[in-house]
Amino acid sequence: MVNVKVEFLGGLDAIFKKQRVHKLTLKKNNSDDEPVTVGDLIDYIVENMIEDKNDVEVFLQNGTVRAGILTLINDTDWELEGEKEYELEDGDIISFTSTLHGG
Amino acid sequence: MVEVSAEVLAELELLKKENAKLRSQLDSQKSDKLPMSLQEFQRYGRQMIVEETSGIEGQLKLKNSKVLVIGAGGLGCPALLYLAGAGIGTIGIVDNDTVDNSNLHRQVLHDSSKVGMLKCESARQRINLLNPHVNVKTYPVRLDYSNAFTIFENYDYVLDCTDTPITRYLVSDVAVNLGMTVISASGLGSEGQLSILNFKNEGPCYRCFYPTPPPPNSVSSCQEGGVIGPCIGLVGTMMAVETLKVIYDIYTLENFKPFLMMYSGFPNQTLRTFKMRGRQNNCECCGLDPKITRAAIESGLVNYFEFCGSRNYNLCTDEERISSEIYKTEFIDCNEKDHILIDVRPRHHFNISHFNHAINIPVKELKGMKGSLDILKESVPNVSQDSKVIVLCRYGNDSQIATRLLKDEFKINDVKDVKGGFFKYIDEEDHSYPKY
Repeated sequence: MVNVKVEFLGGLDAIFKKQRVHKLTLKKNNSDDEPVTVGDLIDYIVENMIEDKNDVEVFLQNGTVRAGILTLINDTDWELEGEKEYELEDGDIISFTSTLHGG
Repeated sequence: MVEVSAEVLAELELLKKENAKLRSQLDSQKSDKLPMSLQEFQRYGRQMIVEETSGIEGQLKLKNSKVLVIGAGGLGCPALLYLAGAGIGTIGIVDNDTVDNSNLHRQVLHDSSKVGMLKCESARQRINLLNPHVNVKTYPVRLDYSNAFTIFENYDYVLDCTDTPITRYLVSDVAVNLGMTVISASGLGSEGQLSILNFKNEGPCYRCFYPTPPPPNSVSSCQEGGVIGPCIGLVGTMMAVETLKVIYDIYTLENFKPFLMMYSGFPNQTLRTFKMRGRQNNCECCGLDPKITRAAIESGLVNYFEFCGSRNYNLCTDEERISSEIYKTEFIDCNEKDHILIDVRPRHHFNISHFNHAINIPVKELKGMKGSLDILKESVPNVSQDSKVIVLCRYGNDSQIATRLLKDEFKINDVKDVKGGFFKYIDEEDHSYPKY
């Protein structure tokens, strides 16, 4: 079991009832010990948090976070942290932010 | 009292003159040796005495720098103002757009008297007034693969203040090929992002961060998504700060760590700095085996339009669309009561201005009804599959999506989209409605 904070920035909150920050308690296979990864978190978000299923494509593309969305683990690019394999720890903040293009 | 002869007095007068001449020669010699004019010393004094700038040494770095700013819009305007104020020696401005009334809430270099003028020209005039010591060059062209290198080559640093992924990839690719550092930012709504790319030709580039472009339908522009002036302005101002730091050599190869700053204006103002990946070995542009070379770009081999894609709006046939003129003459003027007008813009758009007889169902909600006529009836009680339905949006894009839904999913036979949307109608048929 792990307690984390998830944030949707850069306008992504539009598909999460306009709520930017969500506190989650996650479990894997109903076990308190089995580690929960960022990959598991992404599955959880898609299954439980996106209200309108038409919006899944805003978040997910080819089974992973859509191109143009940056994923950050405790303010660090997930590429530096093992991407989907990263094992969540209590208090982690996972942020997803759309890349902006306006100028 | 000693008597002084006229001769001596004359001699004294000559000596005085000679002395003044020598003094002025000495003064001008002194300022010849100065690296800047006395006026410039005075103008930049307040920033030179900030110790971190290294005083005169830092000021000369600014004076000798050539900075290219792509886009004189919401980001470019504040960045240009502060860079010009700080005394960058040469500033280039690329923008082929003209000043529009709807730009003025955020594009602070321009003003009401400049509407219709090229943005780069308006910017040049303002910068000349602000600081005559800055040499400004303007490029009233749309940046593309064929002109980018010739423009970039004259500069040391580039600021990406553009507004589409296509130009963002292009700016980064050209800068990497020329070894230039890019100060890159973007913004939308009340948020903004900023980072430094290809730092000293060793840092990550735009493609390292974004190897795959976003799907075209996920890209929103300021015109479409809206933008809060001071929010984008802050990000443009932060670009100027980063540019100064790069030029002052406050960032070095030793201390520079790739980052992305994220500013949010609402609900609480926050500024976060994310630690980002470094240069990627497999990057197509700056990696070990680059494919996006100068030759590939200049020959047009790298197809930016194809790479980034575009939205397909041609969803309706000609028969499924009517012009705004037809809508006016055959519906409005004839007081045609039988038709149902559905305006599919978001509610907050609709609330700004709309036809009184229009029913507002945002395209997203229409999609959510999944073709159920019963649910549609909750908003449009008298609708049936035989109704005559006209669909309208802002520019005539979403209305095509809605027309498809109404015909294909709700099975309404007679649905027509108004080409060019509400705004085209306002432009061509009736100026009395507010446009935004």
